[in-house]
Amino acid sequence: MSAGPSRLALFWAEYSENKIAVLALVVVVVMILLALFAALISPQNPYDLANLSLRDSRRPPGFVGSGGYTHILGTDPQGRDLLSAIFYGLRISIQIGLAAGFVSLSIGTTLGILAAYLGGRVETLIMRLVDLQLSFPAILLALVIVALLGQGKAQLIGALVAAQYAYFARTAYGAAKAERGKDYIEAALATPLSARLVLWRHMLPNCTPPLIVVATVQIANSISLEATLSFLGLGLPVTEPSLGMLISNGFPYMMSGRYWISVYPGVALIILIVAINIVGDQVRDQFNPRLRK
Amino acid sequence: MSAFLTIDNVSRLFGPKLNTGEKIAVKLGGKVETRSVRAVSDVTLSVSKGETLGLVGESGCGKSTLGRLIAGILPPSSGTVTIEGVPVMSNGKKVTTRVQTVFQDPFASLDPRMKVGETVAEGPIAHGLTTRANSKAYVAEWFERVGLDPVWVDRYPHQFSGGQRQRIAIARALAMQPDLLICDEPVASLDVSIQAQIINLFLELTKRLNLTCVFISHDLSVVQHVSDRVAVMYLGRIVELGPVAQVFGHPAHPYTAALFGSVPKLVLDADELVHFDTIAGEVPSPLSPPAGCYYHPRCPLASSGCRTAPPPTTPVSDVRSVACYHSDQQLDRAKRS
Repeated sequence: MSAGPSRLALFWAEYSENKIAVLALVVVVVMILLALFAALISPQNPYDLANLSLRDSRRPPGFVGSGGYTHILGTDPQGRDLLSAIFYGLRISIQIGLAAGFVSLSIGTTLGILAAYLGGRVETLIMRLVDLQLSFPAILLALVIVALLGQGKAQLIGALVAAQYAYFARTAYGAAKAERGKDYIEAALATPLSARLVLWRHMLPNCTPPLIVVATVQIANSISLEATLSFLGLGLPVTEPSLGMLISNGFPYMMSGRYWISVYPGVALIILIVAINIVGDQVRDQFNPRLRK
Repeated sequence: MSAFLTIDNVSRLFGPKLNTGEKIAVKLGGKVETRSVRAVSDVTLSVSKGETLGLVGESGCGKSTLGRLIAGILPPSSGTVTIEGVPVMSNGKKVTTRVQTVFQDPFASLDPRMKVGETVAEGPIAHGLTTRANSKAYVAEWFERVGLDPVWVDRYPHQFSGGQRQRIAIARALAMQPDLLICDEPVASLDVSIQAQIINLFLELTKRLNLTCVFISHDLSVVQHVSDRVAVMYLGRIVELGPVAQVFGHPAHPYTAALFGSVPKLVLDADELVHFDTIAGEVPSPLSPPAGCYYHPRCPLASSGCRTAPPPTTPVSDVRSVACYHSDQQLDRAKRS
């Protein structure tokens, strides 16, 4: 009997067998770094209106603008450098995706585990509400909430959380319900240990694997939902464009040959979402023993 | 001897949990199963300090449920379980640490995501038997007592074998410094070669720590080896109770006799195929047990009286009791064979 390598090392060994997943992880990390250091690497601060000149608007890739540098990906209708706008837009998308993901993870997990543990009326109340919410599209709910709360980052995150906590609640409930009947929970309760201790130290750690999987998928979903809302004009103010709004800004010019305004932010968004999903798929496969080779 | 553990008229029913739809269906006269199973039915027992009581019976007879009622894992539907006069449970919650349990399957009873040392330390810290600062030494002490190397405290359950895990589970129970230990089939899921080690450890520890113990098992030879007295259960009722040697030697209840008769034995020099006696018939559905004595449909001694009223528990001697109208007849048979 030996202690052997840690769980994390084993996990990574298996993960690294899938080269595409490794590539996707690298892409995600690079995109996060680009977003983090957007201010250092962007040629322009796209949110500073004093930097923008309408003379530079809707210029094609490679145009040298009034700032004296090349707009590698062209400019948008407000005269923003698209490359800078994409870096800053990535920042907003990732921020909102992570924030909405983690808040809905905490809320949903708490509700799901409590429902599974307490049972009875609490269980019925929480889970029926969750079922009801899962039965109509998340975007509909998000639209209504943003319309009610108004525009802004916090409101947007609130709307995304309200639309997505149900997925976490459902997953946490299923996992907790399965763990609830196991001997080690009974053993802990029979000691006796307080319900708080049992939930926190035994139930929660054993429910995490499926939650991590849902979290990766839901972060990608939050990002695309945010982009959708922004595209529909319900996202952030036009002075701080996210990727969705950049796409939306360029949309009227698609047919007039000025494709780059929509296409480049769209490509960035697609790469980000696809990469997160590939990472999520690999993590899910590794947590699901039935899919093991 | 004064009673240490008293089980007074304890019953436990398991009813179906009806959802709202089913409740409406019942009101409208629909056919929904609403009957309850009486897993444990009017059990009265007492165990004295330092004694080991064996609890035997077929699967589904309610022995594990009775163990859970004593351990404070399940609240009884009626009746009380007390240790030296203090109830184990109050308002559906366990209110004592004096009784601890060792579960059947050590692969399921240890949290797979918690270091085994933490699993053992958790209860004693929560109940002030040790402090967080001293818990390392405290756990190491219990690891040594159950024959585990204290350097293993930082490992996870999956890094141990079945026997080692059961030792960890025993350490977890004993670290709570209980007076009463419930062992629910503690060796049933272990390899035969490991069973003996765990049983010896168990005997040594109960003796050294002067533990009272309820040992649940369907393995009669294990029960015979570890117990002072034995209680035989059938469909939630205790049918026979007495010192191990007497009950095993001369069963006073036909069910006990049949249970022992069905144990495969090694017969040397057998010229013909050895036939093992099996108990005739099936265990009746606990949803609708037969009237009278639950055993009468399978009993060779059953008479009309057995079909009408359940036999009361009557003393056979000052240490033995049995719930059977024909125990004299059964004892005669046992002495003749």
